[in-house]
Amino acid sequence: MTTDEIKQIIIKQILEIAPEINEEDIDPNAHIQRSLEIDSFDFLRILTALNKEIGVEVPEADYGKVDTLDHMTDYFAQRLQQ
Amino acid sequence: MSTFVMPSLGADMKSAVLMEWKVKEGDSVKKGDVIAAVETSKGVIEIEVFEDGIVEKILVPEETESAVGTPLAIIRSLDESAVVEKPASLNVATDAKEAESPSASLQSIPDKSTETKRVKSSPLARKKAKELGIELLTLAKDDKTVHLAQVESKKVSGTTGMSGMRQAIAKAMSRSNAEIPHYYLSTSINMTSALHWLGEVNKNRTIEDRILPAALLIRAVVRTLQEVPQLNGFWMDDELHLSEAINPGIAIALRKEGLITPALLNAEHMDLDGTMDALSDLITRTRSGKLRGSEITQQTITITNLGDLGVESVYGVIYPPQVALVGFGRIIDTPWANGDTLSVRKVMQATLSGDHRATDGRTGGQFLNKLDQILQTPEELL
Repeated sequence: MTTDEIKQIIIKQILEIAPEINEEDIDPNAHIQRSLEIDSFDFLRILTALNKEIGVEVPEADYGKVDTLDHMTDYFAQRLQQ
Repeated sequence: MSTFVMPSLGADMKSAVLMEWKVKEGDSVKKGDVIAAVETSKGVIEIEVFEDGIVEKILVPEETESAVGTPLAIIRSLDESAVVEKPASLNVATDAKEAESPSASLQSIPDKSTETKRVKSSPLARKKAKELGIELLTLAKDDKTVHLAQVESKKVSGTTGMSGMRQAIAKAMSRSNAEIPHYYLSTSINMTSALHWLGEVNKNRTIEDRILPAALLIRAVVRTLQEVPQLNGFWMDDELHLSEAINPGIAIALRKEGLITPALLNAEHMDLDGTMDALSDLITRTRSGKLRGSEITQQTITITNLGDLGVESVYGVIYPPQVALVGFGRIIDTPWANGDTLSVRKVMQATLSGDHRATDGRTGGQFLNKLDQILQTPEELL
């Protein structure tokens, strides 16, 4: 899976959970939860869906590493390489 | 034999549209079964029957707007035979006719000239869209049915008009502030050990089974209310009526706009996992518009957790006829003195808005102190 493919999967899942968001409103460097008003419940749903799609489970201790779209993409790419 | 009428799903509701029957004549139903879906300003709500029996007759067709109290169906009790009580059923039938005739004019007829392409939409949505001159086609997405809320949010985004939900909130909150003498209390709760404990629990679980801090807080409130029950109930007819069931209304923001506080029914029977499962289910159904009538009418207290939005304390307005509201703020790293030592701890502001007619600050204080105590031994909440 390429980094770009991972990013597209993440975007798809965000839009699935929060359908009123436009793709162009997702700033790759902004805090996902705060900038898109995604609460902890919906954030967990996004991570659960990504686990199904990508096969990587994000432990709670790593939440700080998946705070923005770019960080999340890098995180999944790294975990997939391991 | 009894008549199933359009229930009141809130003091502000005058009528609703019967969208769909989930049962047909001759079906047997049990108390608590969902038998129909109605559309209100709060979205589509599934309504339940309150007794066991058989659906004898359906009196109102789908897509009909009916006033609160209008007979919708006749339910025959199981111990009654099919041919009984002629006068009663005749009576009901006449009532139903009378009730139906005014609603006939309220029914909206699909306007074929403007809808060249068929858009699935609810009757209220069609009516509103026509009033506002909004083309339903512009709102239809992926073949999904267009609901009232969508039309109204379109209206709101275009003008300063109020949506039905905004109006309902406005009414309830004005009433609350006019009638309820509120008192407010607040306390700082050290959440370090609770969060640490929850982290350890979640570490050994799959992502699907993780428990959110919100579920832990709800469970803690429910446990506290078992010790301080005076805050769980209603103020009606100038007196406090305590409720045995603990049905906390959970403030859930809708993604588009607005807020609903549906009840987590009988939360006193749930352990921590049960609370988390019920919360997930409730949030999911709230956001997809599939709440049940009992969930939007039987709240005994409200819990609001604005911490997700980043504020530190919430001083809420009580939803009448409830007598209390518990608010949770954001958990922040704060200097915390323990004896002579100063350290940084994860601290949350818990607030209580109480109805001073029903309880005094002393009761509210007991509640917050007990809540603090319970959150210091989170393993007992499992």
